[in-house]
Amino acid sequence: MHEDPLRVYGGLAGRRQFLRAGMTGLLVISLPRWAVARPSLEHAIRTFTGGADVLDGRIRLDLPPLVENGNAVGITVAAEAPMTADDYVRRIAVFNEKNPEANVAIFHLGPRTGRATVSTRIRLATSQVVVAVAEMSDGSFWSSRASAIVTLAACIEDLS
Amino acid sequence: MARALVNVPKMARQGEVVEIKAMIAHPMETGYRIGPNGSNIPRDIIRRFACSYNGEEVFSADLFPAVSANPFIAFTLVATTSGTIDFTWTDDVGKIQTASAMITVN
Repeated sequence: MHEDPLRVYGGLAGRRQFLRAGMTGLLVISLPRWAVARPSLEHAIRTFTGGADVLDGRIRLDLPPLVENGNAVGITVAAEAPMTADDYVRRIAVFNEKNPEANVAIFHLGPRTGRATVSTRIRLATSQVVVAVAEMSDGSFWSSRASAIVTLAACIEDLS
Repeated sequence: MARALVNVPKMARQGEVVEIKAMIAHPMETGYRIGPNGSNIPRDIIRRFACSYNGEEVFSADLFPAVSANPFIAFTLVATTSGTIDFTWTDDVGKIQTASAMITVN
């Protein structure tokens, strides 16, 4: 028995909904694999903190506001702590907003590092926000964010 | 294997906070780039960097593809006793590259 397709999808509104679903599906298919799979910035931070509250302050993130080459962006994170045996920075994590993966690096520190200052070079796929989160020895989390405008993005140069 | 470069001050006073710089030649291939044959270039990154002072680990870092090629890390250590500072870089397949430097504390 042949059924009327309009009736199958519940009339006009139903058909519109069906079309919309189809178009969303096409959009998802056409995006690169990582664009769908990537967890959000907030989700990545929550995974790092284990759901604990993150407060502003006690850490500074230095990121150039205008980046010419996203393949190597110098950053410095500096957390404020006396770095004594009972009050120190345990970990500092750096996250990004729009790269294929939310994590950038996690640094493990301790009283023997003297200062909670770390510099490194990172990749930025596009203009975005970068967040640094510090975990103190008392279990509290502190964060700082900075945004950068990237003129030449990382990951665009293909070998073909 | 890759060439590593470390910068540790030769002399330091007891209790002084010294700056350590470490860099290794490594492509840090993200796994997201498309190669000439149209498929993704396989991921090949340094996953972990660690620094130990006289055998005790004092600093380490977990690295992700967002760290630039030839990863460079600068951090600080408290100079406690004379001895060696060892650096290790571990890549995706578990291959380890090491470097070490001497420090004299007086």
